[in-house]
Amino acid sequence: MKTTVLLSGNQAIARGAYESGVRVAAGYPGTPSTEVLENIINYQGVYAEWAPNEKVALEVAIGASLGGARALATMKHVGVNVAADPLLTVAYTGVGGGLVLLSADDPGMHSSQNEQDNRHYARFAKIPMLEPSDSQEAKDFTIRAFELSETFDTPVLLRTTTRVNHGKSVVQLSLPKTPQPRKFERNLQKNVMIPAYGMKRHVVVEERTARLKEFAETTDLNSVEWGDRAVGVITSGISYEYVKEALPDASILKLGITWPLPEGLIQNFAKGVEKLYVVEELDPFLEDQIKAMGIDVTGKERFPIIGELNPKIVAAGFKGESFTAPAPPELPARPPVLCPGCPHRGFFYTLNKLKAVVTGDIGCYTLSVLPPLEAIDTCVCMGASIGNAMGMKRAMPGDDDRPVVAVLGDSTFIHSGITGLIDAVYNNTPVTICILDNSITAMTGGQDNPSTGKTLMGEDAPALNLAALCRAVGVQDVLTVDPYNLDATEKALRYATGTGKPSVVITSRPCLLIKKAKRSAAPAVDKEKCTGCGLCLKLGCPAIETEEGEGRRKARINPDLCTGCNVCTQVCRLGAFGGTE
Amino acid sequence: MERSVTNIRLAGVGGQGIIVASEVLCEALLGSRFDVKKSEVHGMAQRGGTVNSDVRFGERVYSPTIPHGDAHILLAFEQMESLRYLPSLKAGGTVIVNRQRILPGAVSSGKAVYPGGIEETLRARAGRVICIDALSLAREAGSIRSVNVCLLGALSAMLPIEEELWQSVITQRFKNKGLEANLKAFQMGYQAARKD
Ligand SMILES: Cc1ncc(C[n+]2csc(CCOP(=O)(O)OP(=O)(O)O)c2C)c(N)n1
Repeated sequence: MKTTVLLSGNQAIARGAYESGVRVAAGYPGTPSTEVLENIINYQGVYAEWAPNEKVALEVAIGASLGGARALATMKHVGVNVAADPLLTVAYTGVGGGLVLLSADDPGMHSSQNEQDNRHYARFAKIPMLEPSDSQEAKDFTIRAFELSETFDTPVLLRTTTRVNHGKSVVQLSLPKTPQPRKFERNLQKNVMIPAYGMKRHVVVEERTARLKEFAETTDLNSVEWGDRAVGVITSGISYEYVKEALPDASILKLGITWPLPEGLIQNFAKGVEKLYVVEELDPFLEDQIKAMGIDVTGKERFPIIGELNPKIVAAGFKGESFTAPAPPELPARPPVLCPGCPHRGFFYTLNKLKAVVTGDIGCYTLSVLPPLEAIDTCVCMGASIGNAMGMKRAMPGDDDRPVVAVLGDSTFIHSGITGLIDAVYNNTPVTICILDNSITAMTGGQDNPSTGKTLMGEDAPALNLAALCRAVGVQDVLTVDPYNLDATEKALRYATGTGKPSVVITSRPCLLIKKAKRSAAPAVDKEKCTGCGLCLKLGCPAIETEEGEGRRKARINPDLCTGCNVCTQVCRLGAFGGTE
Repeated sequence: MERSVTNIRLAGVGGQGIIVASEVLCEALLGSRFDVKKSEVHGMAQRGGTVNSDVRFGERVYSPTIPHGDAHILLAFEQMESLRYLPSLKAGGTVIVNRQRILPGAVSSGKAVYPGGIEETLRARAGRVICIDALSLAREAGSIRSVNVCLLGALSAMLPIEEELWQSVITQRFKNKGLEANLKAFQMGYQAARKD
């Protein structure tokens, strides 16, 4: 076995979990966390699963932990919001086998709807938090997190950021260790959180926090690098790397455990330097606590609260300046677009004809907000489209007869749409819910989910029948259509929005990109018939180009990109698309 | 950076094999006993957006991202993208650019024009500009999918990595798929860069 390898932070976390003898791992996909579970299945002896959402994932991990196994739950930052309910109470029960929750945050919002700082969750739930700076630490801290979890009988938050998860750096591998075998022990006062027992556990939690503070004072997870005493910097995670680059000679207190904080260590470090800074991405999480210790420290007045840091921003901050990268040259942009042949495209084109109010959701279909489709009106969080639609409908004045349509994908519907649908039926709110079933979790790179018929471990599974499920919760009108057939789609939408009751339209077509579905020949454009009217361009299909020239430019299909979905053929009113080249 | 870290930025369009190229590059650097870090943002890569990947190597590398304006080498997989990322190049740095053009939607639908005079603009900032016809070379080597490895070949002319190491890393990576074309494309890229 090669023992020095290049790993991403996510590969390193998977490796660290394996070296810790983890037996159960559960998560829900979300950038930048997804690759941890995708990698962990390569290791012998680990059971891993995609749960339908983050709450279930954490609950599976909690169950495994109580059952005696070391267990890992993985999710992106906003996923922890979904899992917050079990998290804040498992903090009281404590664990059986070590329990680690990975929260992969996304400062800079490379692929997220907000840039919340999940370090607050450690303090909120009163559980220790470790923050690795590179892949080696991602592996090492994962191992330490499991040990800490068992030593202190607490779940541990492993908090990373995009640059740690997706950055690659050199890692030394070790052999896996088998942890002390444990099994489930019935302990009602510890594991059943009724008020009487929970109150007692709260006392334990506060005592545990006090012990963790002592631990943080002396652990080698934190380290002091004495250098120039004129400047001292307290930092953690990826910010440490930026500080080393910007001020290589400064004295640094690098915190590996960032909750609870070692007050004595911080006081000593502060006394040892003339001017003290805190460099941290996003919120003044460390800064506020250090200030509360009565220490004079400079932080957010110099280093931005918004977006990612980088070496230049950090270097400028030390000088009391601010750094903004010069605006990139003005060039035609390459925004992310729905792929050629994406089954979502024809659906949105058709939906636009209804002039409905459309509450959107999170998935590839969110890209339909961009020109030329501009097809959705709202997008808040996963599963929100259905609740948003119902509220919107209730708020609409009686003379506003626009239909209200919620749009979400198969994975999102299963994640947190189904409860909204039950509400629509229960309270009889006349909205139309469109489930864009491409039979994959596409946006995050193509993970299986309960509707795809496969598990993360690669086994066959019963494919959840979405139409039957919608009927079972009491929706009377459930229509399934092929979104490549625009007439059928329009008919279904017009019918469903006219019933005066909650209704469901399911568009059924596998994702071309990920499912490698069959492609057909590209249609030819009849240059005699094409007048250059531009209607087909409203589809925003990358395969539809225009001939070079002035004025009305005729359409042309790029055969390298076209997948032969023939949605454009149906959109053209002049019959210019058709036949084959 | 003065502490002997070399910064290479790879940039292009989703689907061009940029991430694979940067992985191969990092393996070769690791094999040459450098400390290596790389960073890129995943997610939108398959959807036709711009893609870039930062690779840094030296005795000890801290930040995985290249500080703005500090790239020693810009390896551009597409002409217009070389302009987009030109500000990240250190003044006097090297640009290796693939002559291939991939039209963005706004250009192919006639709403915007593809910029001209790219080579001149590059030369104004860069110390050295190497233009490679990687698409034709890859085709000649046997597979247009080898554009990325062809460009690595060109890049290899600037790096302290031994020939055998490149070959073994490429073999490792492509042993099941298109090995011959990739090895050939690599050589052709290397020769083209040396001639330039
Ligand atoms: C709470 C939460 N978890 C995870 C994500 C990451 N995420 C964004 S879209 C998406 C799934 C999209 O799948 P689906 O609804 O099937 O739509 P598709 O992309 O396949 O069209 C996920 C998991 C998120 N944004 N929020």
